[in-house]
Amino acid sequence: MRPVRFNIHPKEAVTSSAISVTEAPAGYTGDGFFTAKLSDVVGLARKNSIWPLPFATSCCGIEFMATAAAHYDLARFGAERMAFTPRQCDLLMVMGTIAKKMGPVLRQVYLQMAEPRWVLAVGACASSGGIFDSYSVLQGIDQIIPVDVYVPGCPPRPEAILDGFMKIQELVGQESIRRRNSTQYKALLDTYGIE
Amino acid sequence: MAVNNELIKNKLIEKFGDALTNFDEPYEMLSFEAPKEMNLKVLQFLYDEESLHFQFLTDLCAVHYPDDKGRELAIVYHLHNLVENVRIRFKVFTSSEKPDVFTATKLFSAANWMERETFDFFGVNFVGHPNLKRILNVDEMNYFPMRKEFPMEDQTRVDKDDEMFGRGGSII
Repeated sequence: MRPVRFNIHPKEAVTSSAISVTEAPAGYTGDGFFTAKLSDVVGLARKNSIWPLPFATSCCGIEFMATAAAHYDLARFGAERMAFTPRQCDLLMVMGTIAKKMGPVLRQVYLQMAEPRWVLAVGACASSGGIFDSYSVLQGIDQIIPVDVYVPGCPPRPEAILDGFMKIQELVGQESIRRRNSTQYKALLDTYGIE
Repeated sequence: MAVNNELIKNKLIEKFGDALTNFDEPYEMLSFEAPKEMNLKVLQFLYDEESLHFQFLTDLCAVHYPDDKGRELAIVYHLHNLVENVRIRFKVFTSSEKPDVFTATKLFSAANWMERETFDFFGVNFVGHPNLKRILNVDEMNYFPMRKEFPMEDQTRVDKDDEMFGRGGSII
């Protein structure tokens, strides 16, 4: 039997008052000052203002449009400016089927992004080729670029896309500021043939 | 006189005689076949003749019949008469060893990309085409995917989980 377990440790909401406040990063407070780790503060700033680059190819792109619209609203997570330019964006959201002919284009877009950059593969086709197990479809974008978070679904509901986005936020918030210069990261990019 | 299948058939037989074969009307659409050397002559005649006036090429595609030796690839032209709203289908058969067919691009510009697609997927070589190269697949591909001998699935996958795909394995 294939075990599938969902939601075994649900997070309880803190509802002691009408307002819920997120926790400040761990730090040392004094009279008029607060010190914390630089990576915590930078992570906090970065995670709440991620500018996504939507790379919407097919049906998942429509779900992304629904996510960005008023009802599900991606903008309240900080993704207000969806600049469609790799030079100015942090998060590459690949939504939809990527054909083998489109692969080099996607790789070029990824290479043009500036560090720090994250990749979110939305939907079954971007994660693994989806139902299109065929000669012309790239079986998952992780064959050409490194991916941080995969959102399963065909197409995933906007709530699922938001959940993936929140996981990216967790990754961004906890990332060490030295990560992009580290040898492990360079080794990861080497496996993809990226300098 | 209304342009109906009888009229088209009579005009074609009058002009080309016995060369045209297999007149058939599946779902009331006239369909016939010609030898591949004559495909341009037939298309030109259907284009120029005032009463026939088939000046719109709606589709150009191929079918692979691996069991009909010598006639494996059928190239199918769908023509439409916009004035009278009549459609016909015209087939040309060629073998897969030497799939050379004359190009229809000089007559119909729409045939340009449609012939490139047919070349990409079936390997039909259109003689005289201005730019016959792959259009939808990757340029480096060296086989013709829609021919029946090639599998649809990507052969380079290493993580195919047979159980999840419903092949072999156990459901438990």
